[in-house]
Amino acid sequence: MDETQLRLDGNAAAGIFRELFVREMTVARGACASCGTIAQMGAQHLYMFPLSPGAVLRCNRCQAVLMVVVHRDGRYRMGLQGLSWLEIAE
Amino acid sequence: MAGATLQRRLTWLQARLSRRLDETPRVKTLVLDVPGWPGHIAGQHVDVRLTAADGYQAQRSYSIASPPDDHDQLSLTVERIENGEVSSYLTDVLAEGEQLELRGPIGGYFVWSTESGGPLFLIAGGSGVCPLMAMIRQRAARGSRVPTRLLYSARSLEEIIYKKELDLLAERADGLEVFYTLTRDHPSGWRGGSRRIDGAMLAEVGFGAEQHPLCMVCGPTPLVEAVASTLVELGHAPDRVKTERFGPTGG
Repeated sequence: MDETQLRLDGNAAAGIFRELFVREMTVARGACASCGTIAQMGAQHLYMFPLSPGAVLRCNRCQAVLMVVVHRDGRYRMGLQGLSWLEIAE
Repeated sequence: MAGATLQRRLTWLQARLSRRLDETPRVKTLVLDVPGWPGHIAGQHVDVRLTAADGYQAQRSYSIASPPDDHDQLSLTVERIENGEVSSYLTDVLAEGEQLELRGPIGGYFVWSTESGGPLFLIAGGSGVCPLMAMIRQRAARGSRVPTRLLYSARSLEEIIYKKELDLLAERADGLEVFYTLTRDHPSGWRGGSRRIDGAMLAEVGFGAEQHPLCMVCGPTPLVEAVASTLVELGHAPDRVKTERFGPTGG
């Protein structure tokens, strides 16, 4: 199977985002640290599986990793190196 | 839209199966009573969690198919997936009156309300029609006349979900038009499409890019990717094309 068949939209991570940020994050905008593209989180590409311990959000333009979330042993760990900024509405 | 979305910690709610409706041989709609449901916007989803006696938990996301106006009641339309532990439980095992846990509403990106305007071009593959149906139902419930077209791809006539309701709504001639295309089998005399959605079909059925329609595409990932990139090739602005990919299958 081509990995693009596994691709989801950032919108599918809305539940995890709510656990982490409480706020609705799929409409939050972020800038890709690799190519500079600005997009809403819900419009980015997401890789996540029902039984997986985490999720990977990638830029919908250049495919660079924007955010990694791992959930294990009662903790969430977030990697945010691929986002140069993230803008959240009040 | 963020302002219309409740900003609170998500909590698991108890839902009770009120009725289960047969939609197609593999698809059922679960009508759930959810006391304390905070309301939703068409296009949002819920997480459903099942817990076995030994504590094993399984969780899946399902789009809400009902419009926002049904207080304390939600409809989820679930397709039975081969070896899908959650979907087969929901379609075949859970009995009326029994409970399950859900939380939501979730997601503020792939949503539409009558205030969002149009024209609205909805493109569905298979059970990807579910969140789009919530939009169509809300449009009808509010008496909206936003020009709306649904292009719905299914494998065969019997696999079209909500066909009777869609045909009735289209007969109102209030600006909703519905087009079906069947990719595997079609009956003799079939007047709809009989191939996969392609550029020619999108151009023929959809609104022109110069009308700046809001395009919402939902279904299996390969269909969504093909449709979204073709819409952009046809001149639609990428930020007017919103997608909800289901992945290869659900579960």
